[in-house]
Amino acid sequence: MTFEIPLLVVLVMTAAGAILVKDLVSAVFILGSYSFSLALVWSLLGAVDVAFVEAVVGAGLATVFFLLMLFGISPKDTRIRRPPVPRAAYVGLPLLAVLLLYGAHDLPRFGDPDSPPSTHVSAVYLERSLEDTHTPNVVTSVLMDYRSFDTLIETVVIFTSGIACALLLRRGTT
Amino acid sequence: MIHPHDSIIVIALGRVVIPLTQLFGLYVIFFGQHGPGGGFVGGVILATSMILSILIFGMDAPESKLVHKVLHGDGVGLLIFAGVGGLCLIAGGQFLNYASFDVAGLEPAARRYLGIQLTQIGVAADVAVTGISIALSLSSKNGENVEKGNEVSGG
Repeated sequence: MTFEIPLLVVLVMTAAGAILVKDLVSAVFILGSYSFSLALVWSLLGAVDVAFVEAVVGAGLATVFFLLMLFGISPKDTRIRRPPVPRAAYVGLPLLAVLLLYGAHDLPRFGDPDSPPSTHVSAVYLERSLEDTHTPNVVTSVLMDYRSFDTLIETVVIFTSGIACALLLRRGTT
Repeated sequence: MIHPHDSIIVIALGRVVIPLTQLFGLYVIFFGQHGPGGGFVGGVILATSMILSILIFGMDAPESKLVHKVLHGDGVGLLIFAGVGGLCLIAGGQFLNYASFDVAGLEPAARRYLGIQLTQIGVAADVAVTGISIALSLSSKNGENVEKGNEVSGG
């Protein structure tokens, strides 16, 4: 509980900073720090694997990609000229926030054993993972064994993204 | 194009950090069944170490020879993943059901363990090659509209 409120403040501050800052390079770095504090939130919630991916991909690889892309375009394009905020946004966005908070009120409590995601198949995975696959990390056994077809298609998606980037961006070079 | 970095501090640090990062990536891949991590994260860590190597030493340096070799392996990871599934199919089971993975002297749970290990290597190889490939695509120039002094010098 003591860590949650400072983490929330840091999250909101870094998210707002990444949107409000004028220079895109600074925005990329602030987004990296946002990802890192989000990784801390995941690990506080007990999702260590998600935290690992968030720290490595969000704070590491995505930052490198953004920076390489920004260094490739001319410096005047990395400054943002922001149009003035329309009047309707000041009314509409708080209304949307109230609606979302009203909807979040109905969600099951965090870690509730009777909530729908905890009662369907995840109990079976938790009980049988070690004896079925000799794999103590249930996340890995779900990803790679029980749901390995999904992972195969995700791997195809990653492969396709690499091919698409090479087709679009590599013109006339090796 | 990416030019090699000219600072001796960065180069000396890179020689220490890059092998350590690669070792950590391999550890994450092979320890993913007993702790946090797995093929995806390990592959991303391996890709990051190799991107660091081309940012520090440049693309043509002897230190970046590994990157050139790895780039030829686009799709190999996917082939490993789908190949393991196909082997299960050939052995008479369902696609990607590692229990029918035909290895003599292994009980079904141990076969599943082996199958998870192999597919994780496949995912890691795919992610690593794709990461390096996207980084190289982003840093390649079209030739026109390139102004002098606007090029990436070592990141």
